[in-house]
Amino acid sequence: MTAQNIMVDGNEAATRIAHSVSEVIAIYPITPASPMGELADAWSQAGQKNIWGVVPDVSEMQSEGGAAGAIHGALQAGALCTTFTASQGLLLMIPNMYKIAGELTPTVIHVAARTLATHALSIFGDHSDVMSARQTGFALLSSASVQEAQDMAMVSHSATLRARIPFLHYFDGFRTSHEISKIAAIDEATIRTMIDDDLVAEHRLRALNPNAPKLRGTAQNPDVFFQAREAANVYYDAVPGIVQAEMDKLAELTGRQYNLFDYHGAPDAERVIVLMGSGVGAATEAVDRMVAAGEKVGMVTVHLYRPFSIEHFIDAIPTTAKSVAVLDRTKEPGATGEPLYLDAVAAFAENGGGPRIIGGRFGLSSKEFDPAMAMTVLDELAKDEPKNHFTVGITDDVTHLSLPVTREWKGSDDVVQAVFFGLGADGTVGANKNSVKIIGENTDMYSQAHFVYDSKKSGAMTVSHLRFGPDKINSTYEIQEADFVACHQFNFMDKVDVLNVAAAGGTFLLNSPYGPDEVWDHLTANAQQAIIDKKLNFYVVDAVAVARAAGLGGRVNTVLQTCFFALANVLPHDEAIAAIKNGIKKAYGKRGQVVIDRNNAAVDASLAALEQVTVPDAVTSATKLLEPVPADAPDFVQRVTGMIAAGKGNLLPVSAMPVDGTFPTATTQFEKRSIAQEIPIWDPEICIDCARCALVCPHAAIRLKVYDPAAVADAPDTFQSKPWKGRDFAGMNTTIQVAPEDCTGCMVCVNVCPAKSKEQVKHKAINMEPKMDHLEVEKENYDFFLSIPEWDRTQTKPETVKGSQVLKPLFEYSGACAGCGETPYVKLMSQMFGDRIIIANATGCSSIYGGNLPSTPYAVDDNGRGPSWSNSLFEDNAEFGFGMRLAVDQQSEMARNLLTGMAADVGGLAGEILDADQSSEEGIAKQRDRVSELKRTLATMSTPEAERLDTITDYLVRMGVWIMGGDGWAYDIGFGGLDHVLASNRDVNILVLDTEVYSNTGGQASKSTPRAAVAKFASGGKATAKKDLGMIAMSYGNVYVAQVSMGANMTQVAKAFAEAEAHDGPSIIIALSPCIAHGIDMSTMMAHQKEAADSGYWPLYRFNPSEEAEGRPAMKLDSRAPKMSFRDFAKSEGRFAMLARANPTHYEELMDQAQDDIDNRWHLYEQMIHVERTAEFEDEEVDE
Amino acid sequence: MTVDITTKYLGLDLSNPLVASSSPLTGKLNTLAQLEEAGAAAVVLPSLFEEQIEHDSWAVHDLYEYGSAISPEAFGGYIPEMEGYNTGPDHYLELLEKAKDNLTIPVIASLNGMSPGGWTAYAKTMEEAGADAIELNVYRVATDVNMTGGELEQGYIDLVTDVRESINIPLAVKISPYFSSTASMCRRLVEAGADGLVLFNRFYQPDINLDELKIKPDIVLSSPVNLRLPLRWTAILRGRIEASLAASSGVHTGEDVVKLVLAGSDVTMMTSALLKYGPSHLATVLFEMESWFAEREYTSLEQGKGSLSQASAADPEAFERTNYMRSLVTYSSRY
Repeated sequence: MTAQNIMVDGNEAATRIAHSVSEVIAIYPITPASPMGELADAWSQAGQKNIWGVVPDVSEMQSEGGAAGAIHGALQAGALCTTFTASQGLLLMIPNMYKIAGELTPTVIHVAARTLATHALSIFGDHSDVMSARQTGFALLSSASVQEAQDMAMVSHSATLRARIPFLHYFDGFRTSHEISKIAAIDEATIRTMIDDDLVAEHRLRALNPNAPKLRGTAQNPDVFFQAREAANVYYDAVPGIVQAEMDKLAELTGRQYNLFDYHGAPDAERVIVLMGSGVGAATEAVDRMVAAGEKVGMVTVHLYRPFSIEHFIDAIPTTAKSVAVLDRTKEPGATGEPLYLDAVAAFAENGGGPRIIGGRFGLSSKEFDPAMAMTVLDELAKDEPKNHFTVGITDDVTHLSLPVTREWKGSDDVVQAVFFGLGADGTVGANKNSVKIIGENTDMYSQAHFVYDSKKSGAMTVSHLRFGPDKINSTYEIQEADFVACHQFNFMDKVDVLNVAAAGGTFLLNSPYGPDEVWDHLTANAQQAIIDKKLNFYVVDAVAVARAAGLGGRVNTVLQTCFFALANVLPHDEAIAAIKNGIKKAYGKRGQVVIDRNNAAVDASLAALEQVTVPDAVTSATKLLEPVPADAPDFVQRVTGMIAAGKGNLLPVSAMPVDGTFPTATTQFEKRSIAQEIPIWDPEICIDCARCALVCPHAAIRLKVYDPAAVADAPDTFQSKPWKGRDFAGMNTTIQVAPEDCTGCMVCVNVCPAKSKEQVKHKAINMEPKMDHLEVEKENYDFFLSIPEWDRTQTKPETVKGSQVLKPLFEYSGACAGCGETPYVKLMSQMFGDRIIIANATGCSSIYGGNLPSTPYAVDDNGRGPSWSNSLFEDNAEFGFGMRLAVDQQSEMARNLLTGMAADVGGLAGEILDADQSSEEGIAKQRDRVSELKRTLATMSTPEAERLDTITDYLVRMGVWIMGGDGWAYDIGFGGLDHVLASNRDVNILVLDTEVYSNTGGQASKSTPRAAVAKFASGGKATAKKDLGMIAMSYGNVYVAQVSMGANMTQVAKAFAEAEAHDGPSIIIALSPCIAHGIDMSTMMAHQKEAADSGYWPLYRFNPSEEAEGRPAMKLDSRAPKMSFRDFAKSEGRFAMLARANPTHYEELMDQAQDDIDNRWHLYEQMIHVERTAEFEDEEVDE
Repeated sequence: MTVDITTKYLGLDLSNPLVASSSPLTGKLNTLAQLEEAGAAAVVLPSLFEEQIEHDSWAVHDLYEYGSAISPEAFGGYIPEMEGYNTGPDHYLELLEKAKDNLTIPVIASLNGMSPGGWTAYAKTMEEAGADAIELNVYRVATDVNMTGGELEQGYIDLVTDVRESINIPLAVKISPYFSSTASMCRRLVEAGADGLVLFNRFYQPDINLDELKIKPDIVLSSPVNLRLPLRWTAILRGRIEASLAASSGVHTGEDVVKLVLAGSDVTMMTSALLKYGPSHLATVLFEMESWFAEREYTSLEQGKGSLSQASAADPEAFERTNYMRSLVTYSSRY
């Protein structure tokens, strides 16, 4: 039987098996494993059955710990279970993994292996997570490729039933999990044969069942625990044999033979490397090349890592081996070596010795590992004194452990290699996914696609690496010499060295608004030189024009895909066109005929627009690639930030990096990305000084200043200024100024601007205009704007919209999505309190746009003060911030004690400091002056107390702690901690940026997701109501609670922030934050927020316990009664509208229930505004 | 005495001249059943808008493509792909098939196309789904300053010709009253293949919100005064063209129906009054109409149909100058 070939990524390959042999699946989102849960949920929603004809029950839990607990319970009750996870998620499963293994329970956890957070978080791949679970008693089975991700998934599920030992099946995150590759599918008949139903029956017999009562989970004592722990040894002893038998069985059925340890290379190899995971592909190519050159080298691929079978391992190493290098994709600081290395050392030692053995690290956080690196390691083994504990793939100029890579690598001539540079939004990635599928499914060729993204969510660049060839593709690394390079965005040519990857004699396709006769004059000298030097065949196509004419808007993917096929010659012309159209139909067919028609029209028009450029002999351009950061940026920014921004982070040596993950703030200002096509331009004639534009700007790219008119005496001629209209800043002038290179062009400011021209209503006080028409002028204006002195914080009311917006944003130019609904709140917080707060940030979007390299958006004021920020984890953020509060309070207390003790020496200043009122900006400013004076005084003193106090005087000035994160944290994984911190009565401020989904991991449902919304993990529409987090917080009575929405009531937002900060105790603000996952046009996000409030879906309120002290009810509703139906609100958001389209009947049911949710909650809130929590009792009369 | 109130429209034998026109009420099976029960002789389903289908398809496509590759953590976008999106005509055709299954009265499908291919293709699928007739909803706002009335009219004629050639069931055309020569246009439409004309379409007319200075698309339900326009043109066309005539707009009471029948309507179409008072209002109107004929001892509807058309009325010129003459007389008599 010939197996069907399919084009899938590693996640799908594993999930195909997992879903088909499971009954209960518990899931929780975590990159890069989330797609496995999403597929399982979607398949079950669609009624896809397992091999026993039952649809697996897929449940999302509140954390990975919860998922593991649910699996544990389901296993105890007799179900066949699986779950999917990675990284920190796996760590949270560990307690249950010990239990599951200790109880000899068959199950499989599929892991897209990912780096654990240490000095920094990383979403990319290595084995640090898996290695942290190697001691749990689970069997660990490794996959090295997409094909293996499917095959080892199969072996895991069949072997666990036979062995009774639970399995952890893992493959490398992003490299394998997200690589699309052609594999031979395992069909259902094979799965049926692999799974032994007798073993399933035995599993069920072991289940808890009141008809055959048993008890598991006893507490044992010193007398027997040890023996009981040893009692399971025989089961572990049997695992290697069982796994090998299952592998052999699979080989019989499919022809693909695997072994616990697979040897590859010369039979008489003298030098052997040992490794597991995706690095195997690169190592295989290296070994093949070296063996072909007559070198005696080989490699061992580890599949079954736990239980580690010494016997099988030794057998796999050729007896001729003289030296062995073991490569670990993890780091264990302080250990005598990394785990696989130590296992190998122990294996040889127990076997009575063996070849010389060294160990090394590679590929942490998906660091490239290519054949040249593998060859370098094999070369090292040939040395008399090979370096042990080496690293490869980096330059370690501190401890000098790295091996310099001296080899060069060129891929096989049979493989076509293509690299595409695109924008996240232009469809490049989608088209390339289609392209590899077209080739993989329509030809005998193998194809592979791997995608690389930059770290920004707005204007993100994507680089697609595609390979096609007649043989199976093992190249598990980025393309280094591309036969074909396509640049889908012309403006990349000024910023990115796209031709660095081009092979000599290759083809370069550029999406260009300039034709073949003009384009040369618009290229940088760098690009011209590369085209000439590499003798590139250079083509242009005006893909934007073709796409527009076909009705595709700015989506150029289809045009460029067609040109690629025409130039790459992987398929005959007619076949290629037919295959592209077939691909379009497959990808877009269910969306509607017009989508197919327009794309087909673009296909038909593309080739006529494709033109070859006659390349001149000499470079004519005087322009160079733009520098990533300005020449006057600080040293660190030049050396490190700039390199990372330029895509050259791989070249940075160890010495360039901070040793503890500490980075300077205020560095986004140096990374001018200039991604907007249009920017807002101010018309002062119309402006009414409302400050809304500045408030809502997600990127602090449109700003307001008020200043003495004299401050602009030397302004550039084009700089605009006008007198301030209101009394609040009477006599001052004002300017609304765009930061032209930092604006993302999201249009939120323009949409929220209420001032309209009387002559032409569409003309507002700010209007989007083409950036290139204004760039140079506005750059100069913005530089001048920044030079205008900042407004005195003590002379404004920060709790008002205007009063807050005259203050400098201390959060600017983040990499958040254009039109992000979260960042305006963060920015407002930074303006109101940024000079005196520490931020604890839960992992999620806010930690990514807040802390993802290269640059950091938290900024500093003119005094060098600004938010000090840290991210611990996802699940612990409330506790993390709570700890900060404790530390600040403790140091404050210590400082106050010391000062009290020194009062006689310090004089009246001590009392003034200790009794200072710091409830206002003025009070804080005065206290800072006093503390400065104190420091001067302390400098004259030499007592130990004075010296101690001098180190902690900062804590005499009020310092706030803000605990910030999304709803995934606050409602789900971090809720336990959040609840505890709310109950603590400590002065922390919690800001929940409520996007109603796990935004950062791609939009999975949380308990904040509203009923009837479609989200990943709730693809059938969420069937339960949104959790009322505010009401839970209110139940404590002493917690300040506010529900806010900037688009609904800006004044209320500012007031709530001020009240929360002022509240001496825990406070929580729940802020509606529209997100791309809502399926809305983000430029209108403020209008959506207004409708959310108008419909009663998002009522605004403030619950202020201090009001009760004044004899008033704590609850104040800031919304009016609902005036539109939930249906009317919901119809404009894709998350609801998609369910209405896909399943109208279910939608109507859920809509009715959702309306009830709203009506009931409003009814409750209305009553609460009259509720007094404190019972008042008269003193009882006492009889004398 | 019983009056025979049956009528013929587009060759279909109807039990009475009351047809429920396109509205949300004809878009759901339960309200369709209520309309039939109240006495509707036929129903016209809501219009299938080709433009809407394209817009919906593209909106779904945009939604899924936007953000599909902005972050490695959101591989494949933010909103899960659904099994289907009902962006095509399937949902409409399903309603049509179910309406046919559940109702005994004729079901007329309504179509508002955009492209030549769209008009004919959708009309054909409607025929295949069992429609008893098709009503083409052909009005366009002609904003192109270079397009002449003649060109626009020819476009309509070509369209009706194409659709007529592609289907074998009766075809009605619902037209706008805004033609330079309405009568001539009606003749040409009939010659092009229309079996009947529906007089007239009422459109969404934009309004202005003075608080927000924004254009608000809005539709105002008809009132009895709107009856005058179809009344006049029914009377004028009856006898001048060989086609069924349906009057739409402003039909709220039995008397309104009577007036239109006397002017020459084969059927009258109701929307606003049913939306306002509910499907059961149709029974009231039917009773009022029947009573009027019975009280005046008509034996059948046919007897009175067109008896006050321009051709049959005692003062035919009144249909051409009615308002002007009356107001003049009123003016003179008062002073």
